[in-house]
Amino acid sequence: MADLLQQVAVHRDVDAFRQLFQQYAPRVKSYMMRQGADPNTAEELAQETLLTVWRKAALYSGEKGSATTWIFTIARNLRIDRLRKEVPWQELPEGHNETPSSDTLPDEVVSEAERRARVQTALASLPQDQHEVVSLSYIDGLSHSEIAERLNLPLGTVKSRMRLAYQKIRDAVEDLK
Amino acid sequence: MAITHHADDSTLMSYAAGTLPEALSAVVAAHVAMCTDCRRELATLDELGAILLADLPGQATVMPLPRQPAVEPAPCSAIVRKPSAAAGTIPAPLTRLVGKDLDAIAWKRLGLGVWHLPLPLSANATGDLRLIKVAPGQIMPDHGHGGAELALILAGSYTDSIGHFGHGDLADLDDAVEHQPIADREAGCICLIASEHPARFKGLFARLVQPFVGL
Ligand SMILES: [Zn+2]
Repeated sequence: MADLLQQVAVHRDVDAFRQLFQQYAPRVKSYMMRQGADPNTAEELAQETLLTVWRKAALYSGEKGSATTWIFTIARNLRIDRLRKEVPWQELPEGHNETPSSDTLPDEVVSEAERRARVQTALASLPQDQHEVVSLSYIDGLSHSEIAERLNLPLGTVKSRMRLAYQKIRDAVEDLK
Repeated sequence: MAITHHADDSTLMSYAAGTLPEALSAVVAAHVAMCTDCRRELATLDELGAILLADLPGQATVMPLPRQPAVEPAPCSAIVRKPSAAAGTIPAPLTRLVGKDLDAIAWKRLGLGVWHLPLPLSANATGDLRLIKVAPGQIMPDHGHGGAELALILAGSYTDSIGHFGHGDLADLDDAVEHQPIADREAGCICLIASEHPARFKGLFARLVQPFVGL
């Protein structure tokens, strides 16, 4: 992943971009559709997300998180901007480091992969009710009150399930910080 | 002075998920720009989003041929990442709306010892976002009686039943919280306040006027 991004950043390698696109654009399209976009709009937003990666790969620094995380933040902000028609206040991990991430230390790469693996394990081991609110929030784009309405639960229950989920994920990566 | 009050975990998670209402997101963004702890938390929360995204089943897409670009201009949506917590300065995400200098803000008087500056939101957003300035020793606008509210201290401090809130601290209040903050007796207090509901501030204005007319 990071290597592909590197190829795109340094060599403007279209084949590397194609691999990135094939891996992520279908998922970003899926994400946009879950957030309420029709298939055409979702397709456009998926293309736009990946074209942003193409254009800005040189600005991206691997230290700021994995490439997938970068793609997620681009897709999230595009969704807020285009589907919700609000201002995305969330920052994108870009814009400061002008050089490509070729100088990322091997240790950092390892700990990044480790971190990812741990979050993944923690997420997979969440009780179903906690996993559900996390997924409704991230993937279906529902606010706390919308989740409460959807699940017919008190708002406080939704929030406490989120806190519990978050606590487990935080515990899983605590010693990596 | 270290920041001791942060966003609730559920607030921060919604912010990362992109589902926190716009007005509340603005306050979290401003806090995050001042708070190293929350920036670290967000890295994990963004990572969580990435994993959930990668787990989705794909939908067939067509790749457009990317153009060899000229140099990309600085992205306007990018927000400066370095914490900027110097006292009296405005956190980077907010400068787009209010400029860089707290002293240069064109306050509108709201009542005795209280000034405000309403901030614009997108046409689609339903909440309320504004700066509030309160004179030293003054009882502050009471928040916390309908929907989520966030208050970020930009200058001075206040004290209420929850504790002492100083520069960079974020008060994350929901319906359950009832309190009566008093602005610092010497420095007063300047906060960025967001409410989930627009109607919320009607109550607030009533309460603002209350102490002055002796109701
Ligand atoms: Zn914080």
